Amino acid sequence: MSDAAATLKSLPPSGGFSGSPFALWAKANLFPNWWSTVVTLVLAYLILKFGFGVLSWAFFNAVWTVENQDTEVCRQLKGVGACWALITEKYRFILFGTYPFQQHWRPTLVIGIFLALYGVSTVRSLWNYRLGVIWVAGLLSIGVLMWGGVFGLSYVEQERWGGLPITLMLATFGIALAFPLGILLALGRRSDMPAIKAICVAYIELIRGVPLISLLFMASVMLPLFLPEGLTIDKLLRAQVAIILFAGAYLAEVIRGGLQAIPKGQYEAADALGLSYWKKTGFIILPQALKIVIPPLVNTFIGMFKDTSLVVIIGIYDLLGAAKISTIEPAWRGFSVEAYVFVSIIYFVFCFAMSKYSQKVEVELSRSHKR
Amino acid sequence: MKHLGRIAATAAIALGALAGTAQAQQSTVDAVKAKGFVQCGVNTGLAGFSAPDSQGVWKGLDVDMCRGVAAAVFGDASKVRYTGLTAQQRFTALQSGEVDILARNTTWTLQRDTSLGLDFVAVNFYDGQGFMVKNSLNVKSAKELNGATVCVQPGTTTELNLADYFRANRMQFKPVVIEKMEEVVAAYLAGRCDAYTTDMSGLASTRSAQGANASQHLILPDVISKEPLGPAVRHGDNKWADIVRWTFNVMVEAEEMGLTSANIDSKMNDPNPGIQRLVGKTGDMGKQLGLENNWSYNIIKQVGNYGESYERNIKPIGLERGVNELWSKGGIMYAPPVR
Repeated sequence: MSDAAATLKSLPPSGGFSGSPFALWAKANLFPNWWSTVVTLVLAYLILKFGFGVLSWAFFNAVWTVENQDTEVCRQLKGVGACWALITEKYRFILFGTYPFQQHWRPTLVIGIFLALYGVSTVRSLWNYRLGVIWVAGLLSIGVLMWGGVFGLSYVEQERWGGLPITLMLATFGIALAFPLGILLALGRRSDMPAIKAICVAYIELIRGVPLISLLFMASVMLPLFLPEGLTIDKLLRAQVAIILFAGAYLAEVIRGGLQAIPKGQYEAADALGLSYWKKTGFIILPQALKIVIPPLVNTFIGMFKDTSLVVIIGIYDLLGAAKISTIEPAWRGFSVEAYVFVSIIYFVFCFAMSKYSQKVEVELSRSHKR
Repeated sequence: MKHLGRIAATAAIALGALAGTAQAQQSTVDAVKAKGFVQCGVNTGLAGFSAPDSQGVWKGLDVDMCRGVAAAVFGDASKVRYTGLTAQQRFTALQSGEVDILARNTTWTLQRDTSLGLDFVAVNFYDGQGFMVKNSLNVKSAKELNGATVCVQPGTTTELNLADYFRANRMQFKPVVIEKMEEVVAAYLAGRCDAYTTDMSGLASTRSAQGANASQHLILPDVISKEPLGPAVRHGDNKWADIVRWTFNVMVEAEEMGLTSANIDSKMNDPNPGIQRLVGKTGDMGKQLGLENNWSYNIIKQVGNYGESYERNIKPIGLERGVNELWSKGGIMYAPPVR
């Protein structure tokens, strides 16, 4: 296929057509013969019509603010324009959930700290103990800001947390803790020790065999029944643990793929050098294996980031959950499309950043191969 | 291995002891007083009953129930923490002690009262299943719906009630069954069905959400099922149940006597003995519940009477008082005397 396309491309344009490079390109690719021209024109029409529809819905006909929650203006539009007034009225609720209104600067700062932590984690000169120190400090200050109760900050109980900080927390801790768990499970699954191997295989298959929703349900509905009365583990923590356990199993399989891709000679060479199992794994095998699996790893990370929105079914207001609740009030009923568009933009920004960064890391790490 | 066995045994005993002490804590009221707030299980978001507003503050009829209990116990209606619960979670959350009160628009049925380990203590909203039709259909009663297509959500008692009603009245109907509420409403609005059925409160809020078009829809007067919604507590926790029950009764009785959050201070010296008892001037109602004697004053002052709560929360979703009017005004809302 690609060969044929390449030959086609390299051919000079037929006929005596001449003009700018763009016109040449368009002639060769968009209007080479009559039926391609028809297809091009039809598609162009559809794209323009659709694009204009979206633009006029999102911008030209949109209502940006309303007075006193009086959404009659929005309803008059009957769907031809977006009611962004929902977002201007409720964006703080969508972003921070039921967190006390006057204290919203605290979760705002927390989001900032999370972003800063992600940012410094991409600086390769910090990839040593310093990064660990920075993360510990960052997470401590996030904890202090969210809970409060010290330094004159009022105490805010976990039930009131919500919105983007919850999503970032679930995703960050989920990825950060599931990753080492996944490595251990992957190594365990390839272990020579039958007991360890059996446990790891059983764990991975069991967790991968059930949907995340059922794990969350187990954590939120069944677990409390097994605990003694009066002893309750916070709902958020239970959901977090369920997400970590779930992601661990998936990451384990991804990492196992990397381990199996390492040529046997690498293992034998490490053995011949007399390295212990952990030295062999840590210095020879894992650095190569993880490098191979960056694309599927990031794929899993992105999936997990979005999976955190499932906690809405156990009554935790993450970003998506808060967006859903924001349209419950009678005045704002029926504008859920606007709320969903708003949060999907936020989700997209995070996922796209992850994917772009992983491409960069991949290129950097594969330089040795290319030379 | 030996060590492991011993550790396991110790852990088991420790867990048992923990469970023992938890049981020894007996009444929820002591636990609530010790921790300093009421943990209230509410709907994750249902207009009029419990939903956070734009500022993230919980509002609603069920929410007011919990605020009332907090006012009675602590003299401060704000000492409540809310746990949003889905329909599946609600009973477990109460059983496991995650919440102290379940005020989550839950229908009181025999089965729930007996086998689920909980006790319903009051009915704060009499709901029932009804029908909504377009005005253009020219139908004035559900009895005229023979042969109609009806939009309904599956898996709830709603669907069963619908079939029961039509069979009992020897009528035919075609159900259009759609899982998600938004979609079932959209199907009705788009004209895929003649009528839409769900609880009256749900119909009213759907209707009012249509804004200027609300008048094109008619909620039929026929109510085909009983859905008494009320707060529940754990079974066997009578002291706590008493507090929740009488908190609600005070709110109803206050409305009956014309006491509101606005006028209660001026009515403190009203010679009416009923009012004197209700505001805690005479008698020791509070003490008998194990509370301060101004418990009822705090409820009325900080949360208001039942009518105020209704006006504040349910009226905006477009539902008139109906059967939830006081018994003295033609409804069935009736509280035993506070004396």
